[in-house]
Parts: sequence; structure tokens; C-alpha cells
Amino acid sequence: MNPQLLELICFYAFAAVAVVSALMVITLRNSVHAVLSLVLTFFSVASIWLLAQAEFLALALIVVYVGAVMVLFLFVVMMLDINQEKVREGFIRYLPVGIVVAAVMLLEMLALIGLRAMHVAVMGPNPATEAGMSNIAWLGQALYTRYLLPFEVAALILTVGLVAAVVLTLRHKAIARHQNPSEQVRVRDRDRVRIVKMDAERPQEDQA
Amino acid sequence: MHQLSTSILLIIVLAPLAGAVLAGFFGRQIGRAGAHTVTILGVGIACALSFVVLYQLVWGGAANYNQDIYTWFQIGKFHASIGFMIDRLSAMMMVVVTFVSLMVHIYTIGYMADDDGYTRFFSYIALFTFSMLMLVMSNNFMQLFFGWEAVGLVSYLLIGFYYKRPSAIAANLKAFLVNRVGDFGFVLGIGAVLYFLGTLDYQAAFDHAPSLVEQTLQITQHTHWSAATVIAVLLFIGAMGKSAQVPLHVWLPDSMEGPTPISALIHAATMVTAGIYMVARMSPIYELSTTALSLVLVIGATGAFFTGLIGIVQNDIKRVIAYSTLSQLGYMTAALGISAYAGAVYHLMTHAFFKALLFLGAGSVIIAMHHEQDMRYMGGLRKRMPITYLTMWIGSLALCGVPFFSGFYSKDAIIEAVGETHRWGATYAYYCVLFGALVTALYTFRLMHLTFHGKPRYKVVESHGHDHDVHVHHEPGVLSHPPKESPWVVTVPLILLAIPSLLIGYFTAGPMLYGTWFGKAIHVQEAHDVLAEMATHFHGAFRLGLEGFTGWPFVLVVLGFAITTYVYIFNPPMAGRIQRMLKPVYVVLDRKFWFDEVYQAVFARGGVKLGRMLWKAGDHTVIDGAIDGSASLVQRIASGMRRLQSGYLYHYAFAMILGLILLLGGFWWFGHV
Amino acid sequence: MITLAHFIILGAVLFCIAVAGVFINRKNVIVLLMSIELMLLAVNINFVAFSRFGGDVAGQIFVFFILTVAAAETAIGLAILTLLFRNRGTINIADIDSMKG
Repeated sequence: MNPQLLELICFYAFAAVAVVSALMVITLRNSVHAVLSLVLTFFSVASIWLLAQAEFLALALIVVYVGAVMVLFLFVVMMLDINQEKVREGFIRYLPVGIVVAAVMLLEMLALIGLRAMHVAVMGPNPATEAGMSNIAWLGQALYTRYLLPFEVAALILTVGLVAAVVLTLRHKAIARHQNPSEQVRVRDRDRVRIVKMDAERPQEDQA
Repeated sequence: MHQLSTSILLIIVLAPLAGAVLAGFFGRQIGRAGAHTVTILGVGIACALSFVVLYQLVWGGAANYNQDIYTWFQIGKFHASIGFMIDRLSAMMMVVVTFVSLMVHIYTIGYMADDDGYTRFFSYIALFTFSMLMLVMSNNFMQLFFGWEAVGLVSYLLIGFYYKRPSAIAANLKAFLVNRVGDFGFVLGIGAVLYFLGTLDYQAAFDHAPSLVEQTLQITQHTHWSAATVIAVLLFIGAMGKSAQVPLHVWLPDSMEGPTPISALIHAATMVTAGIYMVARMSPIYELSTTALSLVLVIGATGAFFTGLIGIVQNDIKRVIAYSTLSQLGYMTAALGISAYAGAVYHLMTHAFFKALLFLGAGSVIIAMHHEQDMRYMGGLRKRMPITYLTMWIGSLALCGVPFFSGFYSKDAIIEAVGETHRWGATYAYYCVLFGALVTALYTFRLMHLTFHGKPRYKVVESHGHDHDVHVHHEPGVLSHPPKESPWVVTVPLILLAIPSLLIGYFTAGPMLYGTWFGKAIHVQEAHDVLAEMATHFHGAFRLGLEGFTGWPFVLVVLGFAITTYVYIFNPPMAGRIQRMLKPVYVVLDRKFWFDEVYQAVFARGGVKLGRMLWKAGDHTVIDGAIDGSASLVQRIASGMRRLQSGYLYHYAFAMILGLILLLGGFWWFGHV
Repeated sequence: MITLAHFIILGAVLFCIAVAGVFINRKNVIVLLMSIELMLLAVNINFVAFSRFGGDVAGQIFVFFILTVAAAETAIGLAILTLLFRNRGTINIADIDSMKG
């Protein structure tokens, strides 16, 4: 079989799965199911990226998105006790608007793509292969040289996101005991020791 | 040749300042006696040392002094310094200023005896002395300007001394505003000096002055003005304001609202002469531009004749003298205009003495009349105030230029010099100054006759017990006590001023007027030097005096005396008849050529109208409209925007997506973007 | 044979689906967040495609950063959502209008 044709068939298959699962994401009644559909979408798109020989990003999408982000989604959806019926209110009412807007936009986009993108027709040879290295080496070479600063900033953003998420959801419990450094520093000896003066007293031995 | 001592010069300047500060800030602590003691002491020291300086320069063989003492400030290459330039010109001015000022200080003790602002007044006049000395002794334009403005300030304060009187406030405002017009020119002149000569130091500027001839200032596309003319005219505009030349003279008569000693000191003897002094000092620059000198000549001569005319119809004794001052300043300016700087400065000096004398004499009369200033209610004071009477006569004769009096030597010289010149406008100027002599005689003798001769026209109504309403007139010409001679503090200065008024001309005319007494302080080109030409005919002051009896000016003076004597003494109703006969002329003079009305209509009302227009159209409509409008616009937009802010997330999302759709549509529609 | 248009059209379709999702799920914040993830994914598809077809590494680097930022955004968004639910007992957007002008 012609490998190119095979590629094309694979592309259409994955694309179809991606589109259908994306539609499911926005239409399914159950949020958990919607999240799982989204996972499916990500998987399909990752496969398409593999077809485009962007191996590193495809794997990263699965590991980072499906492995971490989507699990987070699932976790939140399950944790929150969501009233499914109430949340679904107005779905039918707004469906026509959504469809019209999306259709208009799609038409415009397709028109623009049709105008411009069709000329860049065929997928050429893989630039990474041409450079004589794997996709990940190709990316890494750029990432750790030209894009080093953005890379580190991205790391910082992730850290901030992590800290922010923790701080936002942190709940102070009244019974929790913790130290207050400022009070510790400000403490005076008279707060700790009380010197009491007493009259000297003879032990009352006589009373027996 | 030895140098003048810097410390002496500093003491001359600072002693009056110290007096002013002590009297001004600690007046309450040191009291009235303390205030006049410190200020008189300060001015007295300055006066005595000024005499010393003059003596050293003239007889002691001291060299001219020209030195910077202190750097005031420095901007880039330009530095303004405080320094003194003492030559015979400035030394003479110092003596005149401090001497007249001292006399006025002493006189004030009597004149202001029962005034509430006693210490304030002494502080002001001492401050004035300081400012005037700074102006006179300066060796650069910056300090000159400082002194110039400082005397203007003190003048403003003193005209408005009776600050509860609305007329005094109006007068000081007027003086201030009119002087601003002059100062505008003056500052521009100083700027032009800096621009063309690159320095504000007198000596450096004068050294470079000849280079002005080649420089021109292009004002419009096709007009090139000689730099010398521009500078000279601009500086003269300043002098016009300060020395009350037509058409900026209108403030001086009104300044009589101030107390009389001030009229004597500032508005007759010293401050108004600052402009004359300045032009004489700048003679190296003025000599370069005959155009500017012609302007000076015409303006001066016009003032000399026409303002004198106004003096004839005035009834207020001080105003008559004020217009006489305007007229005499016109003489000085005319003398400047014919390059007879020495003549101008010489007349300045003699005028300072006899005009101060006349003013102080008038003040003495006013005290005696319990602050009545209208001459129509005076008369016959000769017997009651003999000293005032005699000294006033000396001043009057000097003013009229009767031979052997000081005024004769200075004024006759100016008239003759104007006649000898052939500069543009000189013929017109000659007739102005010549008939000015007749006018002078008319108003002077009218004043003397109305005040001292004839029958008393005031009534004495003895009031009982109410001492404090001595000043309050319920009816003009009604006095509570008969007039009597003033105390010694008033008469002594009169006598001391009468002596130079009588004699100084006789003794100094030779060297100062016709000699080279001023040396290099005054620079005259040989071709212009009309005084030197006249000096060839000069054979001693005595002979000049005798010759004066046959000259035209004296004939005119006698004519004036005859007319006034006939009209006011032998045939008093005649005055009224003449007034009716010459009604149109009288009206013109009484309205002072409508200068005030025109200024009022054009500048004051025009200014108000312009201001109102700017206020209504500019401020209200445009600026307020823009500001209020933008505020209300923002408010209106905001209240509209506020409704857009529903707070619902999906509305915002919808807006974003709508924008995206529009953007995409735009790309699609315009295709090739 | 796969052309650039294939990828871009796929991205466009996914994006439009996500837009429709935003519209029809007015009440459910979680689905809204997922729609945003979908949009980012659509954009990422474009980036990858351009990078592959243009032979430029920058596109894939961009995807890398978008993934990073999107992960951070999701973490914070979900944290806020949790907080919101804890304080209000609902994730209904119609109830959240304290930004109303």
C-alpha cells in the first residue's frame, strides 16, 4: 500500500475521532464523561502530531495534558458536588446561537485557508531529519540556546502557578496550631516570668 | 592717584538699608523716636560719606572706581555681579540723592508728626535711599535694573501710603502699571545690550559700543534697524516710564496722593531723575544713534511745554508743582536729546534742590492749612509764614531761571543749546523749551500769588475741645486754628535747601556745564558737542548772569510775572474772565489733553473688554467647555459602557468571539491584507 | 497525501467547536475551561503544522510554552473554581456577576 495514502487515511481517522470527541466534550450531560472525551481528543491530536513527526510534543501532550491536567480536571469534577440538571439549563436555548456563531466562524476560516494555505501543498522532508538529528534533539538545541530565557521564565510561571493553586485552596483551620514568629520575637521577659513578693512566714509547726 | 575705599562705598549703600530694616521690622520695639533716629543716622552717614567720596574724586585726586564686589549669580558665560562704578557723575548723584533724602528725613519728623504710619514711612524712605544708591552706583545693567525696580517698588508703596484712601490705591496702581510699560522697554533694552554686546558690565559694554554701528536687527523682512538705535530707543522707553515723559507721564501727577515729603524726595528730586541719569550714563551708546537722540529731543521738548501748560490751570498746590516737575523733566530730556548730557545732569542737580525746596515749602503750607491743598482757599500767608515764604520765593525764582539763581544756569543753558543744535526736530524743540520758560513763569508766580499774596480766602472757625478733627474738613477752606509757621524741623531743611538753590549754579556752572568736570563719565562725540561750542562764549558765571538779563528767556519770565501779578493781585476777577474767554483751551488743559481718558478708554477698558472676551469666549466656552465637556463626555461614555459590563462571563466571551469574527471577516473581505 | 490545509482545517474545526462550547455551556464553568483547552489545542495544531511545513523550530518551541502556560492556567483556574464552589456552593456562571458595572 502506498505509505502516503496510508498516512492520509490515518490522518482522516484521527481527525474524525478528534472532532467527534470534541463535540462530545461540549454536549455531554455528565461532566466526567466530558472530561474523558477531552482526553480522547488529546490522544487523537497527539497521534496527528506524530503523523507530522513532532514526536516530542505529541508525547508531552499525552504526559502533561492527559497525565496531569486532565486528571486534575477529573479530580475537581468529582470533588465538587455539581448539580448536573441546573448546570445544563439553557443548553437547548443557546444551541442555535452557538451553532450559528461557530458556523460563521468556520466558514470565514475556511475561506481564508482556501485563499492562502492550499498553495503550500505537500509536506516536505522532516527538518529535524535533514539537520541530522532526532526531533527531540532538534527542539532541545533551540530550547536550551536561543530560547533559554523564555524556558526559564516558563519554569517560573509553572512554579508560580503551583504556589498560587496551593495558596488559593489552602484552608486555615481554627484548631490547627502553628508558630507566630513575630510574637516570638516581640516577647518580653515580664510576659514569661512573674516575680511575686511574699512575706516570709514561719512554718506553722506548733499547730498540730 | 589713589583708589576709593570699597568699605566706604559699601557703608554708603548699606547704612540706609540698615536704617530701613531696623525701622521697618523693629519699628514697634524702637518706637517713633527710635525709628527716625536710626534712619536719619543711616542716611546721614551715607550723605556725609558721599560728600567725602565726591571730595576725594574732585579735589583728592582719587581715581575713578569700577569694581565688582560680589557675584550675584552665574548662568553659563553670563554672570551678574554687584559692583560699583564711581566717577564724578555717580558721585554727584550720590550727593544729591543722600542730601535731599536727609533733608526730607528731617522734614518728615515735623510733617508726619501725628501720623499712624510714622515708623513705616521712615523705613520706606530709607529703603528708597538705599535703592536709589544701588541704581546710581551700579556698574552693570543688572544692578541698575535692580535699583530701578526697587525704587519703583518703594514709590508704589509710598504713593499708596494712605492705603485706606481709595484714590491713593488707584494712584499707586496707576504708577505701577504705567511704569510696567516703561520697564517692558527697559528690559528689552537690557536684553538687546546682552544680545549685541554680550555683556551687561557698563565698561565692557561701552568699550564694545562702537561695534553696534555695523550691527542691525532685522525686525521684519525688509526693515533693518541699527542695533544702536534699537538699544537706545528701548532703554529710553524705560526712562520715559521712570522719568515721566510724554506719553507715560500720567502717573506722576496722581502720585501726589502720597505724603508731601515723598513728593519732594521721589517724585521731584530723585527717583524721576533716574531715567535722565540712566541716559546720561549710557551716553556712549546714545551717541551712536542720532535717530534715537532726535526721538528723545522731541519727546522731551513736548513734555517741557505741554505739561507745563496743564500746570497753569491746576488748583491743588502739589499738582501745580507736579506738573512743573514734568515740565522740567522735559527740559532735561530735551538736553539729553541734543547730546548736552552734562546740561541735563546739571539741570537734574539744580532741579533736585529747588524742586525739593518747593515741595517741602508746599508741604509746610499744607501743614499750616491743616492739610488743605486747594490754592483757592489760601492767600495772604506771607505774613504768617515768613520763612516758608522767603524760601519758596528762592525756589520759584530758581525754577523760573532768573539770572544768578541755580536754575538760570542750567535751564538757560539748555534753551540756548537746543537753539544752537541742528538736529532733526531741534527747531520745534527750541520753541517748545523757549515758551516753556513763559509757561513756567505763569504757573510758578500764579502759585506764589495765590498762596502767599492777596487777601486770605480761608475762614477760621475756632472749634472747641475737638483736637482730633483737626484733619477732618467738613467744609473746604474752613480752619479751626489760624495758620502759623511750621516747626524748626520743617524750616531748617527749607533753609538748607534754599542755599544750594540760590548759590550752587553760580559756583558750579563753569566747570560742570562748560568744563570737562564729568571727564570720561559722559561721552559726547565732538560733532555733537554743543556745550563745548557754547563754552567758547563763556566768560565766567557772573558775566553769564548779567547777560541773562537781556536774553529771551528772561523777557518771557518777566512777561509771565507781569501777567500773573496783574491777574491775581491787582485784578482778581480777571482770572475767571480769562477762563471763560478761553473756555476751549481751558477745557483741554483741565482735562490734561485727555491722556487719562484715552488711556482709560483704550487700555483700561480695552483690557477689561479683552479680558472679558477671553474669559467668556476663551475660558468659559473653550477651556471650561473642553474640561467640563470632556468630563461629562467621559461620564456619558462611562455610563454607556457601564451597561455593557454585565459581569457575566459569557457576555465577555461573546464580545471576544464577535471581535474575532469581525477580524476574520475583515481579512476575508479585504483579501490581500 | 497530507497537506498543510488538512492540519489547518482540523484546527479551525476544533476551534469552532470550542467556540460553540463556550456558547452553549453558559452555566458550567468546567466545560468552559475545557473549551478553552480545546481552543489552545487547535492553535497548537496550527503551530505544529506551520513548524513542520516551514521547517522552523520556533513553532514547536511555541507549542511547548503554550502547553506550559496552559497547564499553569488550568491549575489556577481550577483552584479558583474550587474556591468559588466552596464559598458560593455553585459553579453557575449566571450567579457570578459581582463584576457588574
